[in-house]
Amino acid sequence: MSRSAILGSSLTKKYWMALTGLFLCLFLIAHLAGNLQLLDMSPEGQLKFNAYAKFMTTFPLVKAASYLLYFSILFHAFDGILIAIQNRKARPVRYAKENAGANRSWASSNMALLGTLVLVFLVIHMKHFWFEMHWGDIGTDADGNKDLYTVVAAAFGQSWYVALYVVMMAVLAFHLLHGFQSAFQSLGINHPRYTPMIKNVGVFFAVVVPVLFALIPVWMFVHRA
Amino acid sequence: MKLKLKIWRQNGPSDKGRMETYPVNDVSEDMSFLEMLDVLNDQLVRDGKDPIAFDHDCREGICGACSLFINGEAHGPGRGITTCQLHMRKFKDGDTIYVEPWRSAAFPVIKDLATNRGAFDRIQAAGGFVSVNTSGNLVDGNAVPIPKDDADKAFDAATCIGCGACVATCPNGSAMLFTAAKVSQLSLLPQGKPERKRRALAMVEQMDKEGFGNCSNTGACEVECPKNISLEHIARLNREYLAATVTKE
Ligand code: HEM
Ligand code: SF4
Ligand code: FES
Repeated sequence: MSRSAILGSSLTKKYWMALTGLFLCLFLIAHLAGNLQLLDMSPEGQLKFNAYAKFMTTFPLVKAASYLLYFSILFHAFDGILIAIQNRKARPVRYAKENAGANRSWASSNMALLGTLVLVFLVIHMKHFWFEMHWGDIGTDADGNKDLYTVVAAAFGQSWYVALYVVMMAVLAFHLLHGFQSAFQSLGINHPRYTPMIKNVGVFFAVVVPVLFALIPVWMFVHRA
Repeated sequence: MKLKLKIWRQNGPSDKGRMETYPVNDVSEDMSFLEMLDVLNDQLVRDGKDPIAFDHDCREGICGACSLFINGEAHGPGRGITTCQLHMRKFKDGDTIYVEPWRSAAFPVIKDLATNRGAFDRIQAAGGFVSVNTSGNLVDGNAVPIPKDDADKAFDAATCIGCGACVATCPNGSAMLFTAAKVSQLSLLPQGKPERKRRALAMVEQMDKEGFGNCSNTGACEVECPKNISLEHIARLNREYLAATVTKE
């Protein structure tokens, strides 16, 4: 493939943005499904969660998928920031008065800001859980698995940490509110029959997924030991 | 009615430019926005001052010349209209109205509110045409059967007047709606199909070269477009370009 097939043109940049973005959406579903197990805070629930965490960090297929995931996040962020810088250059003199509310949603014109906040959150999030799970000095549970549950429960026992998660899930919600349906348009999928459906699914996804994610720290905080 | 206008003044392409304030009295609500500016310019000329430069031609919404960013919107408030079709009844006595040129790296200011939109001509020249053999064996366009739906969509795309409101409105300064309209118009018709791949690639390449931004699907262009060009055309360009990119040799 030629250079333009990767990042050469404005459109190819958007195809990759959409593909990586939708892949990240799929990841969100998988990640959420796994983490909802944290709502079961009984001793058996804790053991089950730790066993699940072990599986997710050692099973070869999951490992392969996780490398694709890391790459997608980095590529999506790099591509998104590149797009945002070029877009700024395309309007060197700003308007003295701009009525943005008249023609577009707030989220749609703040995707780079929202995305960057998500990226900052991801760094904090991965430092606390992903890094600890892989290389941290954490104890083991009764089954001999790394006791990630206790690390998570300790983190979500702090009110400021819970608040950070709730706010960041709101940021993610706005990113998805525009992003989900936008990705389909970027890939050329726009049809009088399907587009209204895609938009509805997008709103549902953008609300339900972040709310369920935010429920986990709130729940664990309320039921903390 | 009486108005306070805040207008962008810029002596030439290299001047920095600034907003200046002008009071205008005796504005009738039946005037078009351009007629109101004519009144102001008369006043300026009588006072021995430099009149405000702005583009206009047909004054009936078909040429696309009257490119003004009014109160934060391309062609001002109102949908499906150009500046020459905007009437002063949309405003109230005592209003302050901001008037600015299209803001885009690809549309440099010539003077005051007039910008150079040659970038659009160059996108068009890169592939927005059908090459025909003019040696005398022309086929009557009406002799080629075209499904009604396709003809309608092509016609909708063809109503684009190249005004540049889409670029001016877009927070990314993207020219996707314009380029998509020009690509769609031809790729939907049998006469345009033979060159569709080359056209999509060449027009997008020129669009990027001119320094327009990347489309983020904000949809602002569709709202402000005087001809209501649909985002469906942008999706079509995305498909055309994708197909052309992955299949080109
Ligand atoms: C879980 C994390 C994320 C998900 C699920 C996600 C999803 C999406 C989706 C579906 C789109 C729409 C693509 C399109 O319009 O074609 C998008 C756009 C965007 N994303 Fe993300 N994203 C995530 C994280 C990030 C991060 C970390 C950044 C970092 C800067 C970012 C920056 C952007 C930008 C700038 C856009 C707009 C691009 C454009 O339309 O011009 N996103 N995202
Ligand atoms: S697409 Fe609409 S806003 Fe853009 S140049 Fe054509 S007529 Fe003007
Ligand atoms: S002057 Fe021709 S469209 Fe307004």
